[in-house]
Amino acid sequence: MTTEVKMPVKRKLTPKEYVKLQGTLIGRNWDKYVMLAPFFIIFTIFTVIPVAAAIVLSFTNYNMVQTPGFVGFDNYIRLLLSDTIFPKAIKNTLVFAVITGPLSYFACLMLAWFVNELGPKLRTLMTLMFYAPSISGSLYMIWSLIFSGDMYGWANGLLMSWGLIDEPILWLSDPQYNLTIIMVVQVWASLGTGFLAFVAGFQNVDTSLYEAGAVDGVSNRWQELLHITLPSMGPQLLFGAVMQIASSFAAGDICVAFAGNPSTDYSAATILTHIYDVSGRYEMGYACAISTVLFVLMIFANVGVRKVLQKYL
Amino acid sequence: MKKKLASQVTATGEKRLLTAEDFMSKEEMKARKKAIKARNRRVRAKRAGRHARSRAGNIAIFVLLLAFAAFFMLPFVFTLMQAFKPAEELFRYPPRLIPRNPTIDNFIVLGQLTNSLWVPLSRYITNSVMVSVTGTLLHVIVASMGAFVLAKYKFPGSKTFFTIIVYSLLFTGSVTAMPSFIVMNKLNLINTPLAIIIPAIGGSFGLFLMKQFMEQIHPSIIESATIDGAGTFKIFTRIVMPSVKPAWLTLIIFTFQGLWNNSGGTYIYDEAWKMLPTVLSQITASGIARSGAAAAASVIMIIPPLLVFILTQSNVIETMAYSGIKE
Repeated sequence: MTTEVKMPVKRKLTPKEYVKLQGTLIGRNWDKYVMLAPFFIIFTIFTVIPVAAAIVLSFTNYNMVQTPGFVGFDNYIRLLLSDTIFPKAIKNTLVFAVITGPLSYFACLMLAWFVNELGPKLRTLMTLMFYAPSISGSLYMIWSLIFSGDMYGWANGLLMSWGLIDEPILWLSDPQYNLTIIMVVQVWASLGTGFLAFVAGFQNVDTSLYEAGAVDGVSNRWQELLHITLPSMGPQLLFGAVMQIASSFAAGDICVAFAGNPSTDYSAATILTHIYDVSGRYEMGYACAISTVLFVLMIFANVGVRKVLQKYL
Repeated sequence: MKKKLASQVTATGEKRLLTAEDFMSKEEMKARKKAIKARNRRVRAKRAGRHARSRAGNIAIFVLLLAFAAFFMLPFVFTLMQAFKPAEELFRYPPRLIPRNPTIDNFIVLGQLTNSLWVPLSRYITNSVMVSVTGTLLHVIVASMGAFVLAKYKFPGSKTFFTIIVYSLLFTGSVTAMPSFIVMNKLNLINTPLAIIIPAIGGSFGLFLMKQFMEQIHPSIIESATIDGAGTFKIFTRIVMPSVKPAWLTLIIFTFQGLWNNSGGTYIYDEAWKMLPTVLSQITASGIARSGAAAAASVIMIIPPLLVFILTQSNVIETMAYSGIKE
């Protein structure tokens, strides 16, 4: 890039020289800082400060009534050693993340690819059809009809009429089934955003690459996807992955909607529902500590995902 | 003489030269038409720079997608149908998807309910539209500008800042509500629409999305524009933004939808600045008698995001034309 200043000699700079070099670099790039400034200011005030505050609060006994007092690592020690629900929550969250995360990711990618193979008009229509549930708010409605615990639920009705079961199954409160069902819904509900981003990603691939590919002997869709489209979509693949981490590790809203909070024996508890639970008791310091642990988990996942996607980046 | 033989009067009375087609059987004609179609498809595909797609494959994909899509549409159709059901059908159990006696009573009731409001409904609609439109526009501009310099230039602090942005996406929002409220309060934003608009402008999701798309733009294009004397801002408006059109059109959908469904939550409790979702849920929340109106309200809430979606999405698909700009 033209604006980069090449260092003339490769040696360690003295602190004074380093400051001077940074000063020159900042001076030369003033226009970039100006363009970044609006975002930087707003983002810092409304995102960085609240997040930093939450992390600081995790070391206090803040309860929204009294002035917070510093308690060191007490919240974390309590969380890891004496909280009986937390192990369940963390296990469920990891199961969610490991299963629904990749599943939803590939489903988004495949759907977007299929849609991209269609002609322009059909493509718009199909994109709308797949994105429609994300626009209409009543996302879970249809699933609670299917898995309703009485004999009128579609799943129960069907199984009973086939004679496979004698009495209705309480799908959503039975620990044997509820987590699986919630995972299915989670995959289904998380398709919207990732799918739409991938559709745009496919549109952003330079068409001249396909020309070159056709010359080089790419002869079917599958080869085109593997050798041309995906390698040139690295940034979008990473975007999808990070958003997937953010949504699958923070799963919990569907658990609350379906299995209640707390669910039977905490069978569908996740870290997020645990945060809801604790902050409902106004133990904000403790809730912040749980959030920070979740944050650290996601950062690890993020590093892992980057390693996996490395060859496309 | 030869010429006369080869011409023939057609049914409409005009003369034309005989071609090979005139001597073919029906089957031969069919085969020939098929061959021509296949050739045209190959030619078209070659012009578009892609290998020819098999028709069978296209149909298989379409059928598969249609089956999936039908299932995906269910909640959407269900919401729509609820609004046209008379009261007794709304409470039918198990519910039926299609109403037996469709009616628009629910919309009429909703209209009556909104007419009796202390503040006219138009005020709430204006609030919501204003917040959604300004918030979306400013967010797309501000986030794209930031994304552009972070994606295409290196300067002190650029990498660190971007890492912070990505990590901020990973922090659960539920516990930051309290600190956010304190920040808003300190800035005197509580009870103004700015409490919704300003934080939305600096949303990290949008910047991340835009930055990832802009990374695909080849550095040489920006370099040559710089050599030609274009400033950073000019490169941004003239080269970068047009070539990532699918990205910002998609971002418009996400942002608009988010803002439109934003109820104002804990930040706005002044009646004059309340937004549509809050008001609609308030007037429809009063008991079973109003669930018809609630169903109608949810249909009305879907319409604006749906329009934005259709407008932008059909544009996303047109942008295939950009070629050679990226690596």
